[in-house]
Amino acid sequence: MARKEVENSTSLGVSVDVRQWVCVDGNEAAARVAYALSEVIAIYPITPASPMGEFADDWATAGKQNLWGQVPDVIEMQSEAGAAGTLHGALQKGALATTFTASQGLLLMVPNMFKIAGELTPAVVHVAARTLATHALSIFGDHSDVMHARSTGWAMLAANSVQEAHDFALVAHAATLKTRVPFLHFFDGFRTSHELAKIAPLAAEDMAALIDLDALVEFRLRGMNPDAPDVRGTAQNPDVYFQGREASNPYYSAVPGIVQATMDALAERTGRSYSLVEYHGAPDAERVIVMMGSGVGAAREAVDNLVQAGERVGLLTVRLYRPFPAQQLVSALPPSVRSIAVLDRTKEPGAIGEPLYLDVRAALDEAMDDPEPAFGQSPRVIGGRYGLSSKEFTPAMAKAVLDELSAERPKRHFTVGIFDDVTSLSLAWDRDFRPPRAAGEVQAVFFGLGSDGTVGANKNSVKIIVDETGAFVQGYFVYDSKKSGAMTVSHLRFGPQPINSTYLVNDADFVACHHFDLLNRVDVLDLAKDGATFLLNSTYGPEKIWDQLPGDVRRQLQDKHINFWVIDGDRIAHEAQLGNRINTVMQTCFFALSEVMASDRAIAQIKAAVTKAYGKRGHTIVERNFAAIDGALANLARVEIPSVRAEAGPIGTPIPGSAPDFVRRVTSVIMAGKGDLLPVSALPADGRFPSATTRFEKRGIAAEIPLWDPDICIDCGKCASVCPHATIRMKVFAPEALAGAPGGFLSKPFRSKDLTGHLLTIQVDPDDCTGCGVCVDVCPAKSKTEVKHKSINMEPAPLHRDREREHWDFFESIPELDRSLLPHDSVKGAQVLQPLFEFSGACSGCGETPYLKLASQLFGDRMLVANATGCSSIYGGNLPTTPWSQNAEGRGPAWGNSLFEDNAEFGLGIRLGLEAQQRRARLLLLSLAASVGADLAASVLEADETGQDEEEAIFAQRARVAELDEQLRQLAAGSDGAVASLARQLIPLTGALVRKSVWIIGGDGWAYDIGFGGLDHVLSSGRNVNILVLDTEVYSNTGGQASKATQRGAMAKFAAAGKESAKKDLGAVARAYGNVYVAQISMGANDLQATKALLEAEAYPGTSLVIAYSTCIAHGIDMSKSMSHQKDAVQSGYWPLYRFHPSDAAAGHPFKLDSKTPTVSLADFTATEARYATLARTHPEQAARLATLAQADVTERWRYYEQLAAMQRTVPGAGADAEPEVGSDAGYRYDEEVK
Amino acid sequence: MAGPGAVDLTTTYLGLRLSSPIVASASPVTREVDGSKALADAGVGAIVLPSLFEEEIVAEEVGLAFALEAGSEHFAEALDYFPDTPTFSTAADRYLELLEQTKKAVDVPVIASLNASSIGGWSRYAKLLADAGADALELNVYRVPTDPELNAAQVEQIDLALVSSVCAGVSLPVAVKLSPYYSSMASFAARVLAAGAAGLVLFNRFYQPDLDLDTMDVVPRVELSRSWELRLPMRWIAILRPQLGAGPSLAATSGIHTGTDVVKALAVGADVAMMTSAILRSGPAHVIAVESELRRWLSDREYISVSELRGSVSQATSDDAGAFERANYLKTLHSWTTVDLNPVPGLD
Repeated sequence: MARKEVENSTSLGVSVDVRQWVCVDGNEAAARVAYALSEVIAIYPITPASPMGEFADDWATAGKQNLWGQVPDVIEMQSEAGAAGTLHGALQKGALATTFTASQGLLLMVPNMFKIAGELTPAVVHVAARTLATHALSIFGDHSDVMHARSTGWAMLAANSVQEAHDFALVAHAATLKTRVPFLHFFDGFRTSHELAKIAPLAAEDMAALIDLDALVEFRLRGMNPDAPDVRGTAQNPDVYFQGREASNPYYSAVPGIVQATMDALAERTGRSYSLVEYHGAPDAERVIVMMGSGVGAAREAVDNLVQAGERVGLLTVRLYRPFPAQQLVSALPPSVRSIAVLDRTKEPGAIGEPLYLDVRAALDEAMDDPEPAFGQSPRVIGGRYGLSSKEFTPAMAKAVLDELSAERPKRHFTVGIFDDVTSLSLAWDRDFRPPRAAGEVQAVFFGLGSDGTVGANKNSVKIIVDETGAFVQGYFVYDSKKSGAMTVSHLRFGPQPINSTYLVNDADFVACHHFDLLNRVDVLDLAKDGATFLLNSTYGPEKIWDQLPGDVRRQLQDKHINFWVIDGDRIAHEAQLGNRINTVMQTCFFALSEVMASDRAIAQIKAAVTKAYGKRGHTIVERNFAAIDGALANLARVEIPSVRAEAGPIGTPIPGSAPDFVRRVTSVIMAGKGDLLPVSALPADGRFPSATTRFEKRGIAAEIPLWDPDICIDCGKCASVCPHATIRMKVFAPEALAGAPGGFLSKPFRSKDLTGHLLTIQVDPDDCTGCGVCVDVCPAKSKTEVKHKSINMEPAPLHRDREREHWDFFESIPELDRSLLPHDSVKGAQVLQPLFEFSGACSGCGETPYLKLASQLFGDRMLVANATGCSSIYGGNLPTTPWSQNAEGRGPAWGNSLFEDNAEFGLGIRLGLEAQQRRARLLLLSLAASVGADLAASVLEADETGQDEEEAIFAQRARVAELDEQLRQLAAGSDGAVASLARQLIPLTGALVRKSVWIIGGDGWAYDIGFGGLDHVLSSGRNVNILVLDTEVYSNTGGQASKATQRGAMAKFAAAGKESAKKDLGAVARAYGNVYVAQISMGANDLQATKALLEAEAYPGTSLVIAYSTCIAHGIDMSKSMSHQKDAVQSGYWPLYRFHPSDAAAGHPFKLDSKTPTVSLADFTATEARYATLARTHPEQAARLATLAQADVTERWRYYEQLAAMQRTVPGAGADAEPEVGSDAGYRYDEEVK
Repeated sequence: MAGPGAVDLTTTYLGLRLSSPIVASASPVTREVDGSKALADAGVGAIVLPSLFEEEIVAEEVGLAFALEAGSEHFAEALDYFPDTPTFSTAADRYLELLEQTKKAVDVPVIASLNASSIGGWSRYAKLLADAGADALELNVYRVPTDPELNAAQVEQIDLALVSSVCAGVSLPVAVKLSPYYSSMASFAARVLAAGAAGLVLFNRFYQPDLDLDTMDVVPRVELSRSWELRLPMRWIAILRPQLGAGPSLAATSGIHTGTDVVKALAVGADVAMMTSAILRSGPAHVIAVESELRRWLSDREYISVSELRGSVSQATSDDAGAFERANYLKTLHSWTTVDLNPVPGLD
């Protein structure tokens, strides 16, 4: 191993450090080893494991070799199931193969995992353990996924830290070859996978030393080989299967010994010693915690502290979980143990206990059954759950568990870390219990905005500190649930001793707030210790800042005796032409104030890091950052804190009293960042939450907001149409509605041939606008005297926010226009309708959300949405608040997310459920016809779904159903028991008698890849569902990995050298069925076509597929020009617009090409997007080759579509008539439709 | 009479010995190595690469940096959106690559061209180009002085400082391409040379933006030159050549389309005639026709070399010294009218 002497001259007091350390996170730590020891790596993105695949792909693209001098073949598959299948195949051929996954992804691998283990195949899967989606999805960490895999026959090895993730990756790869048992190596998602730490890396020689070459040769020889053929995967019968299953027992029996031997070999080379189970604590402990995973760090701190105080307590860490090392576990426990608490980071509802608890209990019971029992008296064992979904697990919680073990009658089953006021299972813990930290340790916490580069700078600071001081470090980063205006909190620890505090900083020496407005949203000084240093980025200088602070912040500054510094980082960054990237300014100030190391050395290192990060792309950004760094210290100023006691003043925006009870009781607490305090009773047990809650989360994140000039406005509705957050709206109303309008409230006469005498107002919601500027980009109305002045113009938010807020409130109070007054098949006609999707947390300028908003305007009051996991399910359903909304009658989209892979089927199921309800309701109504009135019953029954083909008909049916409901309520309360029973049955079903609209929505990752099989099946079903694919051409939510929607020549993750193959023509697949309505749309290119396509798709009584071009931050574009890019994409033929209407009459032309012959070259379009432009700068020859092919793709597709447009319908029944009768009385008849 | 092939076309430009006075000026053709090769094969004496624009470099670096970083470290599921890019070719890298490839592909001198907007920018890239093997540099002083606080002298000072800084930073000969809009061209030309330039390229044709009346947007619009546009550089070369002496190089550019255009440029004192528009219109092979016409013209008149012709009709050497000055205007006017308008003394 290369060694480096690191001179120590720091206040952190690190002694001379002789190892070559690296600073990596858990994912990189594991991936480095996995890559070095694999030949085939099958990958698929899933949080939080995606970075492992990304590292592997980046390294392979860069030609990095594995231990044997080969570049592994890294292949992205269509799903984790696909990755597992590929893994299985590669292994059966005798190639070393691996994959990375988490959560539901691991579940998709399970079928293959049984096979791989059943065939005794050496393999390793590295898992960043993550919560499974149950009542809710969670991307965070616990063991529910790996515990699901415990019966697959894979060995399971738990790493508890970044160093262990690195070391155990090797142990797993080495041991699997020797044991022939496949290994699932796991570590905690986020807490370990994303924690940045200083580790000692394994050298190639270390890895080579542990790999048994004989075992490798034998593995090769077992591979499938026509020169020595055999048969595997036979089907066996009752006579032999059972025996065959038992034949593998010796291999499992050998695993613990081989793993320990491998660990010992590792220790010999590295000095890092590990055991299958490891005891830590008092040798004579009576109370012991048993657990595995990152939580042992916190538990260890508690145990150390209590032992020091004379308590007889200990901690047993389980590292090998399968095969369960029962004997080693019993031996490792001190004989003095009297009571044991087993902590599981998972929940198995309905089980007598969680898996580790049951295993430990069984192991102890068996040990007590031995002729010579291990303990004089059976220890009492209790089991508890902790840390689900990365819930904090602190030393105080571990102490609470140990305290519980002292109780006379401890809770046999408990939880810790929450307050369970429903089943009273939770333990109370002392929040003030904080073991003293190691001498010399420094804690720092930084509040930043995602866009200001804070996290990147902090990751860089951590690396600088490691390199320069040799200190041990820990960087952990907490992100927002919103993608725009996102807040980030960085938790950093540095110290001379290894840092195992696997919980957030709670006693910070240094607190930085990188954005002044955050002071009004978050209690940033809550984490500051007495005498801490506080750095604030603010435009207010040291003299003026005090008066601008919220009262409670002033009080904390006084009460905690805080050293308070300010810097105008925005000005310095602006002067250095860095926009809002204040990161290097704030980083420089941190080093100057924290005294972690000498400022001049720190500055030199910051500059070196800037050069490393940007230097490869030229000098400009480097020099600008240098200017910002040099400008930082001169502008750092200390603030004198007045001695006069500050008046209190709350932090945070109050929730209006008019908000629903749930919002005030629960949502508001989560919004305030205090969700940890909510008791179990506050949360819905089934995961159902109220919709329409984003309106209560006013974030005010826009620096500039659009203002309307009615004098120029041409009433086109484009601004409202493209607004990704539904914050700019168009309302048409009678002049009387202006009564009571605040001064300056703007309106103009509404131009319409259908509706006269009305006024129009376009109003922005200043607190929900993200300031993306897309509305201004699309506004076609320019001033005649000054063309840069449009009808919508961005203006500084602080100057206008108060007035616009008042106007918005009034605007909201104006009643919505009667939907029947204007036709909806125009942009303007659609935009006067109320959006029922609003204020989502999507990225600023998001290209997806305008389509959702449009659909919600057209059909929202009767929509059922099945939403695939992905961006749209995150901005659509991530707490605390959700954007799917309701109208004044309380109607709105009913939204559900099942999974990533099954969304088409999920949506189809919703449709089938709806139709089942319709059938049942009609039968019941027939039975009750006499009771409710024959005329009413007949009129309701007559208006089936196809009869409700216009909104007016739907509204009429809704009125009839309301009348029916009233009748039913009376009948249900009536004396005729049989009738009352029927009425009670019908009441919950009458809603189904009003036409509903089922939408299956998701991104291209779902539609083109993981969910394609199901989507294809639904397309073939002929059922009346509407499928909307928000096609960003990459996996946007997981960070821009290539999908089969990615176009040829685009650079994306997993396609770093440009995607080789052409984009799949999903529309062609759907059109091939002949009876599917298919449209390809692009709002920025043709908003009218997009509107019509959605209307047609919804009206079409069979299956519809609308593929919507969605600009994305992963395209590397200026998102304020999002719609211009959409337009350019269409003009270049990159994204042709069309509608394929299967029900067109015989001799009609079902395929309508809605865009014009390309007028610009593909190269002219792609040059404006970083996903293409970057490839030309990283792989110029490849880029040129792919660009030529991509232009050919475009040209050929265009020619093909032109021919398709000329195609005449020859089979009159080719439309929905071809669909089978499905027993629905709402079935669609082609011959009726064409009349 | 000597045959056309026997005429000596060699000339000296910026201290470089060129086989022909026809030089391919910066254009999309010289942006491709194959284009330069075709031009060299067609007989150009030197090749000027398209300008390396400092603004373009900065815009690309800033644009890509922001685009690649946008959205990073915002959201736990997507900490970034693009794969790591270990190697990256910037606009400057690509230019240097073009320069190196062009040098390899042709055996005529290759002149790199710079268009920068700050002193730091000029110097940095000038040095890079020199290191990459350019035979000479052409410094494109492209400036539209819009600041009302800057007077003409200050504008000139700024430009002279740029010239000095580039010339001081490289050992290569530097030609400065000027616009015709300096108040006192003769004085300024001399001062540019004094600042270290080895020659002048006259003149830069500014692309003037146009309006799109459908969108009311200001749009770029490129118009190729016509032969008549040679007259402006011709006049100034005629005036400057005797003033500056034989030392500094002078290149005529704008409106060189034919062999006779080249003849005119040389006759008034240019060392080389630079072509762009004609090559764009007719392709690199057009150079063959131009050279052939030049040779024919020279041999028909029994010139044995272009050096004989060079400067033979400058202001100093023509038989009417005032012809290139103001009186020339009247004569020109006269030539445009059907009326026999004799010069009238005192008519200004």
